Amino acid sequence: MDGVHDMGGMHGMGPVEMENENDPKFHADWEKRVFAINNAIGPTKLRNIDESRHARERMKPSEYMSSSYYQIWLDGLVRILTEKGVISEGEMNGTLSAQPVTVSHKPLLPPEAVDIVMSKGATYTRDKGKTATFKVGETVRGRNIHPAGHTRLPRYARGKVGEIMEDYGLHVFADASAHGSESSQHLYNVRFSSVELWGDDGTDGDFIYIDLWDDHLEALS
Amino acid sequence: MGHNHKHSEPLSDTALRAKTLESLLVEKGLVDPATLDALVDRYENKVGPRNGAAVIARAWCDPDYKARLLADASAAIAELGYSGAQGEELLAKENSDSIHNVVVCTLCSCYPWPVLGLPPVWYKSAPYRSRVVREPRKVLQEFGTDIASDVEVRVWDSTAETRYLVIPQRPKGTEGMSEDALADLVSRDSMIGVTRALDVSDAGAR
Repeated sequence: MDGVHDMGGMHGMGPVEMENENDPKFHADWEKRVFAINNAIGPTKLRNIDESRHARERMKPSEYMSSSYYQIWLDGLVRILTEKGVISEGEMNGTLSAQPVTVSHKPLLPPEAVDIVMSKGATYTRDKGKTATFKVGETVRGRNIHPAGHTRLPRYARGKVGEIMEDYGLHVFADASAHGSESSQHLYNVRFSSVELWGDDGTDGDFIYIDLWDDHLEALS
Repeated sequence: MGHNHKHSEPLSDTALRAKTLESLLVEKGLVDPATLDALVDRYENKVGPRNGAAVIARAWCDPDYKARLLADASAAIAELGYSGAQGEELLAKENSDSIHNVVVCTLCSCYPWPVLGLPPVWYKSAPYRSRVVREPRKVLQEFGTDIASDVEVRVWDSTAETRYLVIPQRPKGTEGMSEDALADLVSRDSMIGVTRALDVSDAGAR
């Protein structure tokens, strides 16, 4: 979706406000809880990582722009869990007591498994999928697509010409995975010159490297 | 977000809503409060940029390790005991006299947790995400990092599950220093690529 979350290249956002490495990692107690809930929900498989990102980027644009990142996470969590039928608006606003969960899910993450599960992570590579359309060294163009759903092809790379630098192999396609299908395909690292992306406002000799899937790209004809 | 929002808004609706969500999920048997405590403890106290600093210091001291880190960063980092969520497919990018690397996630907040922990607020903020792909040299300058015009800047936009770790250049005058002492020179920001590693005289300033 062409949302405000897709920020690469936008103007007017102001200077970057630095933080020291030893500053607190969380800036309020509720941030800790939101961070932890978001991770604890993972192993229940009630929603996948791409559905979760797509839920965040659907926050009302004016609110997205004026929220802290953990507020965006909270909004996304409530949205996706509501859509999945896990929680309801009535339960969130207190007009309804907590109802039993009727959707199927994996067991909850027990405290003693936190380090094991988080140290293991997930796997996004797959053995089977779409045959690679492109080869390393090939020149490609970011497709001019504007899907209403989730996409990891940033606006700033659409219609732009780059070079395939690496083929990372078959991966779950995030754009599809956010909407219920894995559609596994090759993931590539694609290099775009700064001048190709930003014209005269770019810097000759500088490059931007973006990880893009097969369906994000087209051959130059 | 536009103004980074380092400090949270009044306790407010957000804190209440977070509490409501937690209570609801606990009551539904989907979340254990002790699990939440363990997750916070892990990322507040155990997993952070000192992990990445140990990796970089090892790479500076051991050319074979650096070769492994560049060839398969996930495996090389696992040698030191770091692995997992938001770092399943790690790639290391080495700075040199002619190349400077810097990492961003323009679409959300992707960041290599096993080696750097959780991202600072600015990394997830609109100013950094919008600007660093278009004017990296200017953004780096604001971090106090001047990049000479004959050095190539490479910006890595983390749009998939691949995660990038910058190997900063080893500072001059550090020959013979121990790995532990070298790790103190490797700041979080130098592994994102917005700064260089610290000089020996600045080590306390991290």
